[in-house]
Amino acid sequence: MRSVLISLALPIVLTLGAASAEAAEDAGHVKVSNGIVQIERSGQRLPAPVGSVVHQGDLVITGADGSVGITFRDNSLLSVGPDSVLSIDRFVFDSTTHQGTFESSLKQGTLAVVSGKLAKQSPDAMTVKTPAAILGVRGTEFLVRTGQSKD
Amino acid sequence: MFAPASRKTDVPSALRRNLVRLAPLGLLVLAGCAGRDDLYVLLPGRAKTGALTVTSGGEQRVLDQPYAAARVTRTGKVDARVTTEAEVRQAFGPALAAQPGRPVSFYLYFLADTDEFTPESKQVVKQIFAEIARRPAPEIVIIGHTDRVGSVQYNDALSRKRADRVREELLKLGIPKVRISVAGRGEREPEISTADEVPEPRNRRVEINVR
Repeated sequence: MRSVLISLALPIVLTLGAASAEAAEDAGHVKVSNGIVQIERSGQRLPAPVGSVVHQGDLVITGADGSVGITFRDNSLLSVGPDSVLSIDRFVFDSTTHQGTFESSLKQGTLAVVSGKLAKQSPDAMTVKTPAAILGVRGTEFLVRTGQSKD
Repeated sequence: MFAPASRKTDVPSALRRNLVRLAPLGLLVLAGCAGRDDLYVLLPGRAKTGALTVTSGGEQRVLDQPYAAARVTRTGKVDARVTTEAEVRQAFGPALAAQPGRPVSFYLYFLADTDEFTPESKQVVKQIFAEIARRPAPEIVIIGHTDRVGSVQYNDALSRKRADRVREELLKLGIPKVRISVAGRGEREPEISTADEVPEPRNRRVEINVR
């Protein structure tokens, strides 16, 4: 299984490596994965079992029975429920100064957040966008649901 | 190119009647696209409840009480309300159930002028190993801290050196094969606040963050 994953991942790593070292750096790791969970990277969809790496630029996608929990390098915890699409737009974290930026967008579905060291260091470091709003995080735990109304 | 409809004499009247009949449906579809069912909720934090600013269109609201919520039914319209733990469980159950375990920190101290852990720290190492064993895809971050004697740059390097040394020690003690990263926080995060250049042994520590 692992060698299959590596051979799938290798061309992606090579492509990314040419683009930017920052983008290829780990942003977080999958700690919980239930049902169908996928990561879309460079146009390819990969399954995202426990232990998968999450990068800046990734799209995290869950199926109707899916949910996933990700711990980021600054100890932010993001978990999404079923039928959700979460984009990791930007993740930069300096482990010495705790300066950086964490921008993500929930395109649809549900998201639970426990903010980490970035939001603690500076109140403007972390934002979560939805198609309708921008949420500024002042060091906290919160929930986001976004979608079109059914009526 | 877009001549007024009234001048278009070549549109058959039957088709025109159909278009007129379909128009309200088109409006409904448009309204359906614009309507949203967004809900944002601030939860009580473990240590303290923070705040969340919600900006939609030109409108901004600040949520700063536990279970304070904002509803957005269309962009630019933010309604404040208060929700409850039961409602939250209903709407966000699976996302909450998938939250990763909270990261936990342990602190190690050395015997003066040696590479030896204090006896208390040996017990802490056992706790660290147990914590690693019970987590999925565990990671360890080893973070060095210093007191405020010396410059910021000097302490950054010193804290990193301490963290590297602890990494070696943990590897020697047979730490399970997990992802280990090392960081130096220098004098930025003291356990005990002091003035600059004050020696403080309790701040000369290495933090092991397990997540």
